[in-house]
Amino acid sequence: MSELPADRRYTSDHEWARGSGPEVTVGITAFAVEQLGDITLVNLDVKAGDSIEVGKPFGTIESVKTLSDLFAPLSGKIVKVNADLGTKPELVNEDCYGKAWMIVVAAAQPASIDALMDAKAYGEYLKTAAH
Amino acid sequence: MRPPLDSPSPRVYPAAAMNDAPLRRTSLYAEHVALGGRIVAFAGWELPIQYTGIVDEHTAVRTAAGMFDVSHMGELRLRGEYSEHVVDYLVTNDARKLVDGQAMYTCVCNERGTILDDVIVYRRTEDDWLIVCNSSNREKISAHFAHAAKDHCDFEDQSDETALLAVQGPRAMDVLARLGDDGAKLGELKPFHFRDAVLGGVASTAARTGYTGEDGVEIFCAWDDAPALWRALLEAGRPLGLKPAGLGARDTLRLEARLSLYGNDIDETTNPIEAGLGWVVKVEKGDFIGRAALMEIKARPLPRKLVGLEVTGRGVARHGYPLRDVDGTEVGVCTSGSPAPTVGKNIGLGYLPSAMTEVGTRLLVDCRGKNIEAVVAKTPFYKRAK
Repeated sequence: MSELPADRRYTSDHEWARGSGPEVTVGITAFAVEQLGDITLVNLDVKAGDSIEVGKPFGTIESVKTLSDLFAPLSGKIVKVNADLGTKPELVNEDCYGKAWMIVVAAAQPASIDALMDAKAYGEYLKTAAH
Repeated sequence: MRPPLDSPSPRVYPAAAMNDAPLRRTSLYAEHVALGGRIVAFAGWELPIQYTGIVDEHTAVRTAAGMFDVSHMGELRLRGEYSEHVVDYLVTNDARKLVDGQAMYTCVCNERGTILDDVIVYRRTEDDWLIVCNSSNREKISAHFAHAAKDHCDFEDQSDETALLAVQGPRAMDVLARLGDDGAKLGELKPFHFRDAVLGGVASTAARTGYTGEDGVEIFCAWDDAPALWRALLEAGRPLGLKPAGLGARDTLRLEARLSLYGNDIDETTNPIEAGLGWVVKVEKGDFIGRAALMEIKARPLPRKLVGLEVTGRGVARHGYPLRDVDGTEVGVCTSGSPAPTVGKNIGLGYLPSAMTEVGTRLLVDCRGKNIEAVVAKTPFYKRAK
């Protein structure tokens, strides 16, 4: 397992969320990518201005093996979505913590990101829950 | 991301929910782990779904060679004077046409003409037969054959003592040739023929069969000999591009070649005729279980057929997704589906009303509430160059 970036927070569903102000960028973790395998399709079912709710799906991701939902790590309004993923789903395999960001959310409650796990806690979670 | 509870890949996790029996391991389990295989529960077994990645392994099989552990499959042996009669009575294809050292694909049906299993029947001699059945059906098919054999011939379920490896791909026979004279001679085997061979020091039986749409062999050996054979093949094959391949690639490869998967495309609610397996139903051969029902089915127009699907919209058809006509009315069901690495499309199989089965017919796949456009496609999706 690669190093977990310390500049962001994590969910038990293997999404990451990064941001210190009201705008939070969201993607999925290397663990999620490894579980999915070769990713062939990313469908982000939201557009700028849409409201999303914590724990509710904002899209789906398809790999050769299976389909998974993408869950919002916090509630808020969509600021932008990564349109590149529509045509280049392989970005998720290549750079899940960078170029394959999925959405930017204006958090309804700026403090909500603090409720998520930090890198150390998520690392522990992977050790205990995921295997 | 969280795999949905109604996992769309029952082929990957089918048995986990079926019973609480402990998962079994093949004699190659340690090899899989050492090679970095990701182990999943499959039909009651712990087997690797992938090592390096499904697409990578799939591509290795299409362009060089791949090796699969399929030791979970069931092996049933019928021996004795009447064994040929017993076997022929239980299968839809004509076992009496086989010669020594020849094998055939066939369905095993019930009296209703629906499919109990799809198997390969091997004739060693007139009075020595081997049946290889699906692991998920082993108990059912073992009991079915044991019952029919009672008072007629010897029956032995050899599944626990028999390992099975598949070496598949355009370089497969070259890999075997690197294991010495016996391996080289396997290149002379015609499709669906088999012979005994000593490979890497292991007494084996190799058959020119497979489940990938490529050339290759499936090799039987004693359960505990499999690691030695596996390592010998890996060592001989690595310079030729041979890679270990898991259940994931096995599924994408077989789907591109339109080979049926029991439990997905065929089961006890489907018959061989509608499943496109009419070519293994020989009603003229004489009596067999399911014959009367299958004659009835053949005499009438088929209400539905299993056809190939190509998803043209943004989506992947998966097992169990409803199929709709262009007006949105549910008309059938997808039985298998995935991205197809060699074909480069999202493909699938599904049952549709016969009126909708012409290639090019437009339809919709209900991908969890979203209707995605698809068309009926020609199968097999992939056919190797001869």
